[in-house]
Amino acid sequence: MDELTSTFVTESRDQLLAMEDGLLKLEQAPDDASNLGAIFRAAHTIKGGAGVVECHYIEAFTHKVENVLDKLRNGEIPVSSELSTVLLECCDHLGALLDALANGLPQPEAAVQQRGDALLAELSRKFLGEDAAGGALPVEHEADLAASGGGIVVTDAWHISLRFGPGVLKNGTDPLSFLHYLTSLGEIIALTTLADAMPGAAQMDPECCYLGFELRFQTRASKAQIESVFDFVRDECTLHILPPNSKIEEYLKLIDQLPEDSMRLGEILVRSGALTQSELEAGLAAQSGAAAAGEMAAPPPIGEILVGQKVVHKEIVEAAANRQAAVNEKKAGEARMIRVHADKLDQLIDLVGELVIAGAGTSLLAQRSGYSELVESTSVLRRLVEDIRDSALQLRMVQIGETFNRFNRVVRDGSRELGKSIDLLITGAETELDKSVVEKLGDPLMHLVRNAIDHGIETPAVRAQRGKPENGTVQLNAYHDSGSVVIEVIDDGGGLPKEKIRAKAIERGLLDPAATLTEHEIINLIFEAGFSTADQVTNISGRGVGMDVVRRNIQGLRGSVEVSTNEGQGSTFTVRLPLTLAIIDGFLTGVGKAAYVVPLESVVECIELTETTAGRNYLNLRGEVLPFVRLRELFEIGGEVPARQNVVIVHYAGRKAGLVVDTLLGEFQTVIKPLGVLFRHLRGIGGSTILGSGEVALILDVPALVGLVGSSEERRLAAPRRETALTP
Amino acid sequence: MSLIAHNQAPAGPANALVRTGAGSVRLAAADAPQQYLTFLLGGEMFAVAILNVKEIIEYGSLTEIPMMPPFIRGVINLRGAVVPVIDLAARFGGTPSRVGKRSCIVILEVSEGDARHDIGVMVDAVSEVIEIPGSEIEPPPTFGARIRADFIQGMGKVSNRFVIILNIVKVLSVDEIVLLAQVANSEAGGTTCN
Repeated sequence: MDELTSTFVTESRDQLLAMEDGLLKLEQAPDDASNLGAIFRAAHTIKGGAGVVECHYIEAFTHKVENVLDKLRNGEIPVSSELSTVLLECCDHLGALLDALANGLPQPEAAVQQRGDALLAELSRKFLGEDAAGGALPVEHEADLAASGGGIVVTDAWHISLRFGPGVLKNGTDPLSFLHYLTSLGEIIALTTLADAMPGAAQMDPECCYLGFELRFQTRASKAQIESVFDFVRDECTLHILPPNSKIEEYLKLIDQLPEDSMRLGEILVRSGALTQSELEAGLAAQSGAAAAGEMAAPPPIGEILVGQKVVHKEIVEAAANRQAAVNEKKAGEARMIRVHADKLDQLIDLVGELVIAGAGTSLLAQRSGYSELVESTSVLRRLVEDIRDSALQLRMVQIGETFNRFNRVVRDGSRELGKSIDLLITGAETELDKSVVEKLGDPLMHLVRNAIDHGIETPAVRAQRGKPENGTVQLNAYHDSGSVVIEVIDDGGGLPKEKIRAKAIERGLLDPAATLTEHEIINLIFEAGFSTADQVTNISGRGVGMDVVRRNIQGLRGSVEVSTNEGQGSTFTVRLPLTLAIIDGFLTGVGKAAYVVPLESVVECIELTETTAGRNYLNLRGEVLPFVRLRELFEIGGEVPARQNVVIVHYAGRKAGLVVDTLLGEFQTVIKPLGVLFRHLRGIGGSTILGSGEVALILDVPALVGLVGSSEERRLAAPRRETALTP
Repeated sequence: MSLIAHNQAPAGPANALVRTGAGSVRLAAADAPQQYLTFLLGGEMFAVAILNVKEIIEYGSLTEIPMMPPFIRGVINLRGAVVPVIDLAARFGGTPSRVGKRSCIVILEVSEGDARHDIGVMVDAVSEVIEIPGSEIEPPPTFGARIRADFIQGMGKVSNRFVIILNIVKVLSVDEIVLLAQVANSEAGGTTCN
């Protein structure tokens, strides 16, 4: 796939997203003209782009969709849910066509093609009526035009601003022929050709039209007739027609609408016909005269001089100046955004990671050397490296909103299919997290949302019976919490039936009938493999591979997922994820010869391990019972137990626990190196990192570690269970 | 151990690397001799196809991973990448090898499906690269080798002695190791608390 095509595919996907968003909004606000405009523009951009890359199947399909959208925009057909459903399907189809293009297929596969044809047929039949063909319209207008003429006396010239779109030449139309045709209606008094949109020779596509024209046109024809001249290129050009003796306001509006950006104020005015060239020249002369006289540090803006000379109305100048400012602002905004290939970013992060490791090694050497100036300079370096690390990671942070918005469609389609009415409420869309996390989050979230729609929310009848509002609500919420991102999927449906889950778990052999579990543990059994309580397998969920896949995917992201429920009130799925997968602040501890990193954000404090109750693993933390884990025992590390042992107190998900280690080695910037597939089921260890000395240290996964200890202790003690803070 | 290696070198096709070029041209593809890296493990000679071998490094600074079966020795830092190291002797069901002067880690590339993994294996000593023609490779014995039959790809005859050619895909089967590791992991923690 060449570069042009790949750019087209990427950009069209964005446009498709925008279009889909717009279509979803359309149902709620059918009269929102700007939204309709946005949908139309998106479709139009795709069509134009398809023409440029010569992908005719996309162009042809989009053309038809665009026709329908145009009718919709003109109010010829009403907004209906049927229409938006078909249009959404068209979006999907366009996505499939883009896939085909991305895969380099000359034609989409037969099945895709068939679906497209079916959609087109549906569109033409239902929404376009008999006169479906878009090409027929201009012909009618032409006939109209020929029949008209005479009778209208004109006192002065019309002003026509014409900007041809880049695709005009490609579509087989010639701008010049329109001008020729225009002269059949009257006389062109003055014509200015604008080539401002012309890019540099390197970027210029000789097959694109970059031209615009400003015309003074004398005619007896009506405005509609002049417009009809351009019917053939109506979609491809911007056309502004000002009748003779127009008011200043109208010229102001025109200035506002002109696309040229780098034009100087005076030129805009001349081109608008509000000023003549000689008036402008007089103004310019006055400006340079003022500068030469040295009366002012800076020459007054040309607009001021023109107003001063009463050549032009003040409003016109202001509008032009505003426009210039707006254009500059827009340019600055564009310059702030750069599209960067994700691979380059990943490479940068990798390099920063290596830099952090190398920096740690250098600091270590400097400290050993005892050369204080060297130590000082490495510490400055280290601070800079830390800043670089943070900014580099920031580059990869994206807002989660885009991922959330995808679910509008899921909820809409899902609820329709199931005959439920469900609203999606999105909060915390601005919460940022690592792009690589966001990418992998889509599937698990999809499962959760589908589950909520399918199993969570009841049918309207049941809801009414239970005294709930008929509309169910699914809420997606995201927020930051002590170094991790929390994403919640909340529904106000029936909640999870504990007894049913328990019975099912026993039936499936996932649970020993004799086991006593807390409510919390019972409902979290749904994350076990092969568990599905749906009595009916529906299209949307309930294939029995849902929840365990969700948990596995999320654990793969070093995250965790839990559910809490209130029977009859709804359930909340809480997904906890690390902010980033690449680099974290860690706290380095030592046990024997081994070093372990505890993620710094989970560390609360460190204390010395003083006398404890023999054989019991809890201590008194200022009156609080704090359970702890002896890493030396858990990890079976040999060697002498030192006289002083330390406890690192960690917190996670609102709980606290202690980790007993030998030594505390301090903060450490931790570049996370995955441990690889061999260790993918290793619980309690989140990954590894490389120390300044080149040795590998392990990163502890605190919640999993404590959970591991808790569950193994529980298993050994069996029933009757005791409530301890250790249990997850 | 070093003696064995020395005795074999002159007797077997020594300087195999030098002779390869000429040899492989003359022989038919099916019967073409393949090159193998031989190494010692508990006094016994083993071989792996050279195409699997990425590099050989000195044994050192290995980080143990807790809650893992004994044959997973730990991980090493291989120029910034964390690579797991398997103790082959323990993988074959024996006692873990002891670290000696000539202990090495052979980094092997294992491909499973689309994924490729680098895995290090710890051996007592690396001997040499030899060439064994296909006709000189016997099928593995059904029993008696004291190693799981599917671990053995064949028995290479080198100067009237047998060299066990390992089936690396089976020996370092990621799925199997993961399964064993999972069992070890879930059993862990039992020794803690109280």
